[in-house]
Amino acid sequence: MGNFLVWVVWFLAAGGCLASGMAVVSLQNPFYSALALIGNLASLAVLYLLLAAEFLAAAQVLVYAGAVMVMFLFVIAYLGGRADAPWAGGSPILRTAAIVAAAAILIEIVVVLGLAWGDSLSEPAQVSDSFGSPGEIGELFLTDHLLAFEITSIVLLVAAIGGVVLGTTREKEEGA
Amino acid sequence: MDGPGVGWYLIVAAILFATGAMGVMLRRSPLIVLLSLEIMLNAGNLALIAFSRQAGELDGQIFALAVMAVAAGEVAVGLGLIVAMARRGVALDVDQANVLRG
Repeated sequence: MGNFLVWVVWFLAAGGCLASGMAVVSLQNPFYSALALIGNLASLAVLYLLLAAEFLAAAQVLVYAGAVMVMFLFVIAYLGGRADAPWAGGSPILRTAAIVAAAAILIEIVVVLGLAWGDSLSEPAQVSDSFGSPGEIGELFLTDHLLAFEITSIVLLVAAIGGVVLGTTREKEEGA
Repeated sequence: MDGPGVGWYLIVAAILFATGAMGVMLRRSPLIVLLSLEIMLNAGNLALIAFSRQAGELDGQIFALAVMAVAAGEVAVGLGLIVAMARRGVALDVDQANVLRG
């Protein structure tokens, strides 16, 4: 019974994830695309929970669906009508090539997965209840992956400064 | 592990990645290109977390957190660029932003 329930939750989350992903790339209005991406990120958080990644699911909702998407929606609102661009660009050949390339990526990954399906993907490892908990993640970050943790903080600082520099206008440009 | 095996999660990640790639290649609005990039990064994250569960090691989840931080930085810089483009009166269309084209 519990197993069946997990399948139902997985099916709903995966379906919602793929449907909202298609909505993001196909909707005309960027505002609706951003809203669809919030749905995509929320259903991905459900999939993370099913994979025993509790801390990442929480971080996904807080950082992505919260902070990043609010920034997106503010910028889209600031740009207003200027944010709308024609749906697709290039000649019909380029458009077909884009779809063919995306399909090729998908088929390649699925073929590789199919080859590994029987043996290496069959039985996942047994994990304890605390797998993916904030405590375990934090301990790894402060021991084995301390360098990655510190570099991440520098990347975020540089990106924040870059965002501010790009966003400020100099007086000369303002007059032009 | 109850429910679907890790392979099913990887297939969802593959379809999601292809969707995002299609959006990046097809759409002209830089905002939607950025949103599609987010989909691709999240598909990669889903695959990392699925493999982390398969191996029973937390290293994949640590990597996924680093990817999340890089994605947040990318959004900050990308949106800054889009706002700067709009302020200078450049059309928000990736096909028309071709001053640096070789």
